[in-house]
Amino acid sequence: MLRRLHLEQPSTFTFTPLNQKWAEAQISKFPEGRKASAIIPILWRAQEQEGWLTQPAIEYVADMLDIAYIRALEVASFYFMFHLQPVGRVAHIQVCGTTPCMICGSEELIDVCKRKIAPKAHQLSHDGKLSWEEVECLGSCCNAPMAQIGKDYYEDLTRDSFVRIIDELVSGQVPTPGSQTGRFSSEPKSGLTSLAKAQHNSMLQNASVDRALILKDGIKRIDGSEVPLQTPWLQSKINV
Amino acid sequence: MLHDKDRIFSNLYGMQPCTLEGARTRGHWDNTGDLIKKGRDWIIKQIKDSGLRGRGGAGFPTGLKWSFMPKESDGRPSYLVVNADESEPGTCKDREIIRHEPHTLIEGCLIASFAMGANACYIYIRGEYVREKEILQQAIDEAYDAHLLGKNAAHSNWDFDLYLHHGAGAYICGEETALLESLEGKKGMPRMKPPFPAGAGLYGCPTTVNNVESIAVVPTILRRGADWFAGFGRPNNTGTKIFAISGHVNFPCVVEESMSISFKELIETHCGGIRGGWENLKAVIPGGASVPCVRGEDMQNALMDFDYLKTELGSGLGTAAIIVMDQSTDIIKAIWRLSKFYKHESCGQCTPCREGTGWMMRVMERLVAGTAEVREIDMLFDVSKQVEGHTICALGDAAAWPIQGLIRNFRAEIEERIQKKTSQRLHAVAAA
Repeated sequence: MLRRLHLEQPSTFTFTPLNQKWAEAQISKFPEGRKASAIIPILWRAQEQEGWLTQPAIEYVADMLDIAYIRALEVASFYFMFHLQPVGRVAHIQVCGTTPCMICGSEELIDVCKRKIAPKAHQLSHDGKLSWEEVECLGSCCNAPMAQIGKDYYEDLTRDSFVRIIDELVSGQVPTPGSQTGRFSSEPKSGLTSLAKAQHNSMLQNASVDRALILKDGIKRIDGSEVPLQTPWLQSKINV
Repeated sequence: MLHDKDRIFSNLYGMQPCTLEGARTRGHWDNTGDLIKKGRDWIIKQIKDSGLRGRGGAGFPTGLKWSFMPKESDGRPSYLVVNADESEPGTCKDREIIRHEPHTLIEGCLIASFAMGANACYIYIRGEYVREKEILQQAIDEAYDAHLLGKNAAHSNWDFDLYLHHGAGAYICGEETALLESLEGKKGMPRMKPPFPAGAGLYGCPTTVNNVESIAVVPTILRRGADWFAGFGRPNNTGTKIFAISGHVNFPCVVEESMSISFKELIETHCGGIRGGWENLKAVIPGGASVPCVRGEDMQNALMDFDYLKTELGSGLGTAAIIVMDQSTDIIKAIWRLSKFYKHESCGQCTPCREGTGWMMRVMERLVAGTAEVREIDMLFDVSKQVEGHTICALGDAAAWPIQGLIRNFRAEIEERIQKKTSQRLHAVAAA
């Protein structure tokens, strides 16, 4: 699939100080001379900060990792999670359209996107707040159909619940992710058929939703203040 | 049916905390150091004896794979790389391990790395699993704080560092050598084999790539014994297995069950049966998108294991991601959507796959509409055979098999649609 840089590009890119620190911590995961390994997480952080991946950002990351610009562009254009064009100011909605979701109604969700956001994928809505695309299997098939919005999965969707989620996003709220039909995670909706020791069950929601509710950064532009990256491996190297 | 006491993933649904403390109350990280001190050969023997076959789709014996790693280092470090790039359509089991049992995975990484002489391990998680990535990183941090990772990890006398890395939405990176390319900071394009990763993998060093589930079951197998694990399922298909059942069952779910459980028992026990009853079952894809679909009536007596599905039904267990389709499904369209998936995900390195996946998708499109000619069915089958086996990696095969399964099992339906469309056209011409 042909993926090119957007025609209009900002003139510069720079990481926030905390994101810069985070990116340097990523590099520390790899052996001496293997900095290039860190390219995906760092490009991803650039996108999390800006909303999409700009040419100056790709060049900035290439410089940081001492690799040729073309090598960084190669990676940026190969991996589909990198948005090479601007996305909705509030959120970019990714509806899973692969067979397990399709046979459970994802076409209806795509229809909602076309009607409520923009007729075509990757187009901005008229107010610039939202954009959408159909993506391939997101690995939440037992909670189909589903969509990813920012960091989070919205699962067990229906046309109605999806419309409500979009309306909430437009009005400035962040809807609660996870199952929209009250399932805890991927257990049978009818109730537990295994692991049914209810008295030991102390969590209020599954771990993914729990983090979303604690961090409240699902659709936020990430500046590095959210979750710092610890580097305990450096500690063990010093001790050597 | 498997009893709860025999379930490895006792927090599969995340109703209990996924923290280190929570994991410890469920029996994980219990004397891990002593297990490791029993030695490399003992661990590999246990895993071989347990009969564990890789849970990532191919079903290669895990213990045997480990034994390919060099016993003595020639100066190069060895690596374990855990494939958490779960992207096979229908598959959503590793996500549950990562977010709800992260410590079981981390403990498995330590033990498996030791058994392969690796002091470092990378977990490569798919980029879309953002929360899962955060949860796993938090668990890794906890493990470092508790000295379960790092120098003398878990008092094992083994130094071990565990790093979490992620992808950015390329299905092909689930292929082990593409994953290694991606981990080296390149496009995820599969490598020619040989050399196999055990000889020259990550950074040219000996590397083993294992699926999340394969690694996460290891600590429990060692604690409870190879015999215990081998006691489930049929010979050569042993153990417990996480199944993910999606599509037209009454209650889709992820559940850990005994290998070789019958399809009927699995669906009746955990999924509340087929939507609209068993006679409403049309087709099943029993092992993730890459395996051929099976007609509903053939699944009625099926056993869910590697050998049964392969030899009896010409399909496969794959990742044990079961996609169930009832009579309301347009099966031709369902398979067309998979063709679209493979076209989208082909890395473009090999011509048969780059061109073939697009060609097959376009013919499938016309089969869905009924605007093809009957002879094109054979042509499609023939082309799929030319893609299959002629590419560096298995994506070409994976793109071909669903189409072959469709033609083998639902040819009549394809022909009927074409004939209906043709006669409509003729009527229209006659009326004009």
